[in-house]
Amino acid sequence: MRNVGPILTVVAALFLLWYGAAIQLNKPWALDKAQRAGVELSFNELVADTWSQKKPKLPVPHQVGAELWKTTGEMVAKGRAFSKRSLLYHSWVTFSSTMLGFVLGTLLGIALAVGIVYNRTIDMSVMPWVIASQTIPILAIAPMIIVVLNAVGISGLLPKAMISMYLSFFPVVVGMVKGLRSPSGMQLDQMRTWNASPSQTFWRLRLPSSMPYLFTSLKIAMAASLVGAIVGELPTGAVAGLGARLLAGSYYGQTIQIWSALIMAATLAAILVGLIGLLQRMTLRRMGML
Amino acid sequence: MGWVSFAFLAWLVGWRINSWLAHLPRTRATALGVPIIFGVTVIAIWECLVRGLEISPVLLPAPTQIAQTFAASTAILWEDFVQTVLKGALSGYILGSGSAFLIAIAVDRFPFLQRGLLPIGNFVAALPIIGMAPILVMWFGFDWQSKAAVVVVMVFFPMLVNTVQGLQDTDAMQRDLMRTYAAGYWKTLLKLRLPAAMPFIFNGLKIATTLALIGAIVAEFFGSPVRGMGFRISTSVGQLAMDLVWAEIVVAAIVGSGFYGGVALLEKTMTFWHPSQRR
Repeated sequence: MRNVGPILTVVAALFLLWYGAAIQLNKPWALDKAQRAGVELSFNELVADTWSQKKPKLPVPHQVGAELWKTTGEMVAKGRAFSKRSLLYHSWVTFSSTMLGFVLGTLLGIALAVGIVYNRTIDMSVMPWVIASQTIPILAIAPMIIVVLNAVGISGLLPKAMISMYLSFFPVVVGMVKGLRSPSGMQLDQMRTWNASPSQTFWRLRLPSSMPYLFTSLKIAMAASLVGAIVGELPTGAVAGLGARLLAGSYYGQTIQIWSALIMAATLAAILVGLIGLLQRMTLRRMGML
Repeated sequence: MGWVSFAFLAWLVGWRINSWLAHLPRTRATALGVPIIFGVTVIAIWECLVRGLEISPVLLPAPTQIAQTFAASTAILWEDFVQTVLKGALSGYILGSGSAFLIAIAVDRFPFLQRGLLPIGNFVAALPIIGMAPILVMWFGFDWQSKAAVVVVMVFFPMLVNTVQGLQDTDAMQRDLMRTYAAGYWKTLLKLRLPAAMPFIFNGLKIATTLALIGAIVAEFFGSPVRGMGFRISTSVGQLAMDLVWAEIVVAAIVGSGFYGGVALLEKTMTFWHPSQRR
């Protein structure tokens, strides 16, 4: 807990910087407006104006906070938590494709890792390509995947989830291969002296000892999966989801909307990664690894 | 039917050769040959299936068709490469990782800042930073400056976290030895701590290569002049010119792997002394 003080200080400094930058960035517009109205702005008036513009270049935290509250808490209070104007609805859309892609990517990653660990041919032919696949900026082809899958008749959640899957399988493969190979020669020999079958070795030794590696990569995979879902929502014509809110906001210059979608995405990422961290601690504690 | 059975045959032959090669003693030739044969097999199967099942080129063009388009439109591809990679990604990469490196050294002098910044940096590195793209495009205009800005923001935090961690990677004994040599802060930094941080710094640089390309391309989806890889991809998808999209992807793949490979090579020559590089 000794880190709390420094963290709070840095956060406070960031907020100060944010408010200051907002004054600088929004000043030209405020001065322009004042000049046309023929009034002279005092410093206080200038600051008040830059912090309360409708379409500021940089909205200040309390504006974003108000927008967030308006599109989440207030909507819930009115009983319209899942109307199209509610950010909760858009978060839900993004969340569901993130989760689908994450689960698919994790399953694919684990299957591939088992294949790589148990089959020499797969190891030598696939592993270099798995690594090479990540140096390719795959997000670039997100629009194409969406359009092509739509043309085949697959639309809705799955195309977006495919992009998330592609982004999230890699950390899982790499982590799981490392994890499944982490038992030492001595431990493997011990299993052999017990006359354990290959499947027993897998379930009782290799899989349990890969757990710490798995959870570490799941955290990365979850963050990547969310990025994939958001980018996957861009080319669908801004229908629903946090990515769609970002795009719509940038079309209409609604900076406050962009920032609130961004904060929402960050919150979602923090919650999801935090949940995996919790799961990790619970699992590892039960397994006696913590 | 002929093409489809040929695809099956290609798979069988490729797999056979690979499993034979994989069980030979591991040498450089097999380590290189096996993945190449795998890749060639996949391309052969792709070609045969597209021809055999008569898949429309709007959905999935055949590799030969992509190669033809690639050869025919090198001028466009080069223009996009210059716009997106050289102007957008590379300048952002250098600016972002350079400033992260300098700030990491500054932060390192103050343990208080370090304790505050490191958790926040780790947290921010996990956030979907790509969402900043529309904002930065709004601030810096449609041209490459905004793409470079997106890249700066994307590579900054992974680089910062890695460098700060790397600078801590010396033990008390080594630092004490420097003190007995009467080395000051700067000498210790230059002769001990920076070299020791090299593996971490290169790790950050390698992560940043992919992020840089992704950032530059995705930022173009939010508005760009009429050139650039992201622009070309999104408009060609709209025109259903999938062969051009795939040609851009080939360029992106070559650039991405080349960029990563270049940094990895640099790492190998500069950190040859590190256990992970020794054979």
